[in-house]
This record gives sequence, C-alpha cells and structure tokens, in this order.
Amino acid sequence: MTSFASALGKPSMDLLRFATAGSVDDGKSTLIGRLLLDSKSIFADQLEAVEATSTARGYDYTDLALLTDGLRSEREQGITIDVAYRYFATPNRKFIIADTPGHVQYTRNMVTGASTADLGLVLVDARQGLTEQSRRHAVILSLLRVPHLVLCINKMDLVSFSEERYNQIHEEFTSFATKLSIPDLTIIPISALLGDNVVARSTNMSWYEGPSLLHHLENVHVASDRDLVDTRFPVQYVIRPKSDDYHDYRGYAGRVSGGVLKPGDEVLVLPSGFTSTIAGIDLFETELEEAYPPMSVTVRLEDDIDVSRGDMICRPQNAPTPSQDIDAMVCWMANTPLRPRQKLAIKHTTRSARTLIKDVQYRLDVNSLHRDLETKELGLNEIGRVQLRTTVPLLCDSYETNRTTGSFILIDEATGVTVGAGMILASG
Amino acid sequence: MTVHADYRLSQLDELEAESIHIFREVAAEFEKPVLMFSGGKDSIVMLRLAEKAFFPAKIPFPVLQVDTGFDFPEVLGCRDSWVSRLGLRLVIASVDDAIAKGVVVDDGKTSRNRMQTGTLLHAIEEEGFTAAFGGGRRDEEKARSKERVYSHRDDFGQWDPKNQRPELWSLYNGRIHAGEHMRIFPLSNWTELDIWHYIGRERVEIPGIYFSHQREVIARDGMLMSAGDYNPLRPGESVETRTVRFRTVGDMTLTGCVESPASTIDEIIDEIAVARLTERGATRGDDRFSEAAMEDRKREGYF
Ligand SMILES: Nc1nc2c(ncn2[C@@H]2O[C@H](COP(=O)(O)OP(=O)(O)O)[C@@H](O)[C@H]2O)c(=O)[nH]1
Repeated sequence: MTSFASALGKPSMDLLRFATAGSVDDGKSTLIGRLLLDSKSIFADQLEAVEATSTARGYDYTDLALLTDGLRSEREQGITIDVAYRYFATPNRKFIIADTPGHVQYTRNMVTGASTADLGLVLVDARQGLTEQSRRHAVILSLLRVPHLVLCINKMDLVSFSEERYNQIHEEFTSFATKLSIPDLTIIPISALLGDNVVARSTNMSWYEGPSLLHHLENVHVASDRDLVDTRFPVQYVIRPKSDDYHDYRGYAGRVSGGVLKPGDEVLVLPSGFTSTIAGIDLFETELEEAYPPMSVTVRLEDDIDVSRGDMICRPQNAPTPSQDIDAMVCWMANTPLRPRQKLAIKHTTRSARTLIKDVQYRLDVNSLHRDLETKELGLNEIGRVQLRTTVPLLCDSYETNRTTGSFILIDEATGVTVGAGMILASG
Repeated sequence: MTVHADYRLSQLDELEAESIHIFREVAAEFEKPVLMFSGGKDSIVMLRLAEKAFFPAKIPFPVLQVDTGFDFPEVLGCRDSWVSRLGLRLVIASVDDAIAKGVVVDDGKTSRNRMQTGTLLHAIEEEGFTAAFGGGRRDEEKARSKERVYSHRDDFGQWDPKNQRPELWSLYNGRIHAGEHMRIFPLSNWTELDIWHYIGRERVEIPGIYFSHQREVIARDGMLMSAGDYNPLRPGESVETRTVRFRTVGDMTLTGCVESPASTIDEIIDEIAVARLTERGATRGDDRFSEAAMEDRKREGYF
C-alpha cells in the first residue's frame, strides 16, 4: 500500500503528465476525484463545496465527480467540454492530469491534452466493454505517440469483479491494439467509486496480479522516452548583454529537444550549415557539464557565426532534413474545413512561416482506422494525411522520432486562431 | 540543478525549464511585454525565472504594479528591492490616480477588485503592452484549470473561456490583433507547494509578512484582517494581537491572515502540506462571495 503524505512532496521528485479520456459516464470524473482525494490534494473548502452541491442535488453520497468540472457554462450543460489541468502529488512524483472530454465532437481537445502527455489513460465501463469511443481514444493516443497507455476497466463492482469479464475485454483490446503503435500497454480492473485497485490492490479481485493504478503511475519509467541520441537544439532567443561584465557574451537560448549536449561537442547550425564547437552551456550562473531534454539552457559557441531564432543546433552527422515539402497527419480544429490551395501560417519549433495546402490525401476514420481517399477536405475534429509546401524550409524530423521537432501548428492568418495540429510523417 | 545519471530532471527543474521557455518565447515574439509584479510570492518566482531566462542580460521588459492604495508596506519594500537589484523599469498603475482621472468610478458600490481591473486594463492600453505575464496558477481555483498558458484577451481586455485557442505541445500561438493583448501564465503548472519549494531552493527575498509575526487583527467573516485605519472597526468587532502570517498578499482591506507559528520556509511547507483550506478559500475575501466569483472577474479581465 502506498502511504500518503502527498502534498509533502520532495523537491527531488519527478513529473508525470498524463491524459485521461473516457466516454460520458464511464466514471472518469469519479476516478480523478478519487485520485485527488486519496492523495490529499483536495482541500477542505473544495470538499465542502462539493458536499454542499451533492446535498443540494439530493444525492446521498458525495459526488467526487463534482470536484473536476469547471466553467459555469459547462456546469450548466453538466459536461466537461475543454481540457482541464489538475495536479496531485505522491511523495515520489508530481502528476499533471490533462483531463479531456471524450466525445467525438471534442477530438481536438483530446488531441491537445495528449500532445504533452507521457501516458494516456483510457477508461471503459466493464459492463459495456470496448466501445467505438474507447477505440477512438486509443487511436488518438497512439497517433500522438503517447508512449504509455493504461486501459482502466471501470465499474468492476457492477460485474461482480468477474475475472472472465476482465479477460474478455483484455483480449478484445490487445487484439485491437496490435493495429496501433503502443509501446507500453497496461490493463487494470478497477472500481473508481469504491476504490478497488485505484490506490491499493483490491481484495475483491485477488485473481488480478498487476499493480494498482496509482502504483503504476508512480513507477512507470518516462525519462527514457525522450530521445537522448539525436541532438536537437532549436534556437529561441539570442542573449547579448553588451554590459561591461559580459561585453562579448553571445549565447543561444533554447530548450533541448533531443540528445545530450556537452561543451567540446562539434555542432552544425542549420540552415546556414556552419560548424562550430560548444564553448559552454549556461543555466543562469551555473556552467553545465551537459544538457538534455527538456532543459532550458544557453549555449555558447567557439566561433563567431551568425545564428538567430529559428535556427537549429545539431550534430554534423546527425541533422534534421531542411524541407519545404511536408507530409503530415493533421488534426483540423476549425469550423470551416481544410481544403487544398488554402494558405495558412505555420509554427514549427521556433520557426514561423507560411504554408500552402497542396493536397489532402486521405481522411482517417479514427474509429475504424479506415482511410477515406475520396474526401479531399478535413472538417472540424477530423484527422487526415496532408501535403504542405512552406515558404521557408523547416528543419524537420518525423514525429515518430521526435515529438518536438516533428510537430507543428497551423494558424489562420486572418483570425490568428490555431486551426490545426500536425505530425510530420516524412520529408524531402 | 541536480543532474541525474539517468538524465532525469526533478519536477522543479522541469517546471523551471518550462517557464523559462515561455519567457523567452514571449520576449522573442511580442513587441511589448510586461510582467505584472505585485510583490507577492508568485510574482517573485516569476521575476526569478525571468532573471534566469535572460541572464547574463537584463530582463528585456518592464514590470507593472497595480497600486491599490492599500498595499502592505512590507510588500512595496520588497518590490522596490527586486526592481532595483535587477535594474528594471517599474510602471505603477495607481487605482487612486485612475479614480482621479475618471478611468474608473468609485461610487461606493463598485468593488475594489473591479476598480483594480479597470486600472490595470487602462495601463496596459496606455502603455501599449501586447503581452502581460501574470502569476496565475491552474491549481488555484477551478475556473483557472482550463486557462491556457497564452490566454487571449480581446480589445476590451476580456477572456472568453468558451473560445480559447487550442494549445498543443509547447508551440505557443502569440498572434493578436491591434488593440488586443495576451495574458501569459508561466506558472500555470506550478502548485502552491512548488512555489514554496522553489523559494526555499533559490533563497530569494520575499516580504516578511509571509512568515509568522505578531499583528493586531480583527476577526471578520471567519477571517483575520489586519487592523489599521484602512480597516475601520465595525460594530461588535475588536482588535486583538495574534501570531499570524499571510498566505497571499494583496489589498489590505481584502486579504486576511491565518494564525500560524511558521517562521521558516520549511515550516511553511509543512504547514501547507497539512493545510485544510486552499490559499484563496482561507484568505481572499473577494473569492468567497460565490463559487463562480473568480470566473466572473476573469471574464472582465482581472489578473
Ligand atoms: N458502481 C459504480 N459506479 C461508478 C463507478 N465509477 C463511476 N460510477 C458512477 O457512474 C456515473 C458516472 O460517473 P462520472 O465519474 O460522472 O463519469 P464521467 O462522465 O466519465 O466523468 C456516476 O453516477 C458514478 O457514481 C464504479 O466504479 N462503480
């Protein structure tokens, strides 16, 4: 059993970001409420508000689901419609939950929540088993390359904690999952309402030998998910103090997106193609021996070459491909559809450009994985394969190899709104 | 900075890296950013992160403070010490000046918070700021849990929670039209405890009123308000001396303190870890009126 002194977290603990998805009534809010409550992340005033609302609504129990719904408009509709972020901690780890709505008309919200997640949690109702919705959730998590997936089979209390039922759903899901790319899959039978296998192993399901959900969340290894081989450092900002003390200082500030950088490393700067050597890596007043994802640092080079925002520091033998022709899976997020010949703004790493949509090759049916080659446009919440041509070369990796240098957003130039999310497939 | 052999970053280092990334992104993409600096712990952590983001260069934007006319002297002192150490330009938006100029109305009915909002929006407009960093955290309050890191404000300074831009990966979209501005929340993913751990780790200066001290207080509406001319006694009230500290610092007429012996950061951390109330629930009179109070204020452009 995990012991909680939750809020007491040590500064040395690490971070796990996970996204949750479930269809309405699968018990997602109850589950999150329980994780927050059992990790003592709920404060008395929050709990009192929820108890009062439960009483006012005539419930004879405290509806933990009420802890997690947000804006007034959503309260009125009684349903979560945007990504909400929640926080809790155990002594060894802090958790950020991206709580996303499950309906098909909110696919874009789920994509948003999944984009930063290390782990995806899909919830199904044990009585219903896999539904079209749960399949779609798994598809989206795998498209977004969320490295770890947990399927929680909830409401086990309503199927008499049946091992047979668990096995059926387990089998159905694992056979479906072979069509997806899910590097790490864990399937856990739970009762969010009663707490079975949420924090502690359930005594009602002694046949289940795996970890409780929280135990799994606390122990799943995420640091190794990051690419520590292919050095990628998109330059964000050039630091030139021009002060007396730092007269000649010139540093390239940014966030390490891949690989490990060390002073003395030979580097290649794109798109200029100049090479140099790392003179030093600074984090505030400290000179670092190495920098790795997702650290924000400042890199100094031996040579006085021209480097600016939008450039990428990488290695001479290992560099992304500069390309103006990009092939990507795009999730469309605007009401008016994406069509060939449309012009948009694009932001990729620290580089901004304009882009022309050359072709919509197919639309992916996220329920069946069927590719619809007939439709030449993408509507709101639809995902498909798109060819783009950009005004300047982007320094691309495939999303599969690097979620940071392989992703981009599309922006409507008239409204300024983010209208699409892209995952690069191939370039050249 | 703890460098682990297996390339793991502690969560505090990861939060720091994320916030520094946000500061640099805004400095690169916005013409005229400003950091809203109250002198409270969250804005001090913001300023520390900004200091780190641009070191050894100076922070490339000014700081803005809304002077409510009822700010704690200790907080103003701390503000001045930070601003002078970092050599920053301080823009003060004074509520009293705004009332004098007719920018906001003090008709006795308008809440002080609303007047502060008006004062702030006016200052942003006057100075032409296009991005304003705020210390808001998503763990503070339900309505904040869905707010983006880049939170778009229309030309009335208003937030439209139903119409937020999707925010994916760490690709922030800073596009705005003339007259609009962006609120930036670099501490979105920090919790109250993270803030304290960070203050402890960085050993930065914060106002003394966060630590336990003796103070003359008035018990009012289940809170302890600081006694003084700014908080006239109401019938039946009396002044007593208690050992207290503040969990948030703001307008002295609205911000209460809690009884506490915690006089070091470690003791504060221990206290929060077992605290019964959220910092807002405990000490912010302005949030207690209705569950949706915060949301209403945010729609109007409150920081
Ligand atoms: N019996 C049982 N009921 C559950 C369980 N989890 C959730 N529920 C109930 O299912 C309903 C929907 O749960 P809720 O958390 O609101 O679902 P959401 O729409 O997915 O957030 C509520 O009435 C819950 O009390 C469970 O494990 N067992």
